Amino acid sequence: MDITWYLVLSGLLFAIGACGVLLRRSPLVILLCLELMLNAGSLALIAFSRAHDNQDGHVFAIVVMVVAACEVVVGLGLIVAMFRRRLPLDVDQIRVLRG
Amino acid sequence: MEAVAFFAGALGALGGAVAVIALRNPFYSVLALIVHLISLAGLFLLLHAEFIAAAQIVVYAGAVMVLYLFVSAYVGAVEEPIWEPIAGQRLLGPLLALALFVEVSIAVIGTGLKAIEAEGATVQIGFGSPAAIGELMLEKFLIAFEAASLLLLIAAVGAIVLAGRPRELERESGPAEAR
Repeated sequence: MDITWYLVLSGLLFAIGACGVLLRRSPLVILLCLELMLNAGSLALIAFSRAHDNQDGHVFAIVVMVVAACEVVVGLGLIVAMFRRRLPLDVDQIRVLRG
Repeated sequence: MEAVAFFAGALGALGGAVAVIALRNPFYSVLALIVHLISLAGLFLLLHAEFIAAAQIVVYAGAVMVLYLFVSAYVGAVEEPIWEPIAGQRLLGPLLALALFVEVSIAVIGTGLKAIEAEGATVQIGFGSPAAIGELMLEKFLIAFEAASLLLLIAAVGAIVLAGRPRELERESGPAEAR
């Protein structure tokens, strides 16, 4: 398979993730859509890495995975904190950063 | 054979991604994301990224998704309103995503990179193996590796601070009623 196929697939997955971020209102699902976008980025990095026979892209993909894990931990912590304070889990109703 | 594997993986990844944004219940969205991640791991294997594929399944589809499942079960099903708070959001969102896809595709295909037209360079034995990645991380990317570990530590501490019991609630209920 040409590398182009992988790159177009990665672009498509990134667009689907962006669409989800724009459409959904639950913060949990928005985090899931961010995961989709990060993974699309990893796929492109690994495809380029394969195209050039260079493993640096793999290390980049691992760093993307680390960043995604951190984002998940902090995001889910925020969601749990919002749920405990009886705040609505709807990004349209949460407009101020002040608790 | 490779084409069949690629299209199967691509179909799984795309189907999982669409299901994540289309399903109403967040719990099912998380399950769809697991399907997406496993299909993506198959694609990584096709690209000779064995270690990344294994890490994807163990770390992502395993550990991170379990965390998601726990939180979505704890929070419960969030009902999304049927009405649109922003007029035309259902139409404009996909339109913007389509524009983004076209733009990314033009940017990637129009780069004139010769290498992306082919199957890629012939890789030597051991490409993408844990040994090769480990050597890279501990020699060429040592600073990035240490920074990543520091970032994980900070995120763990931040999550404890964020999700810990809020002080006001503690004062209201008093120590005797500790849940």
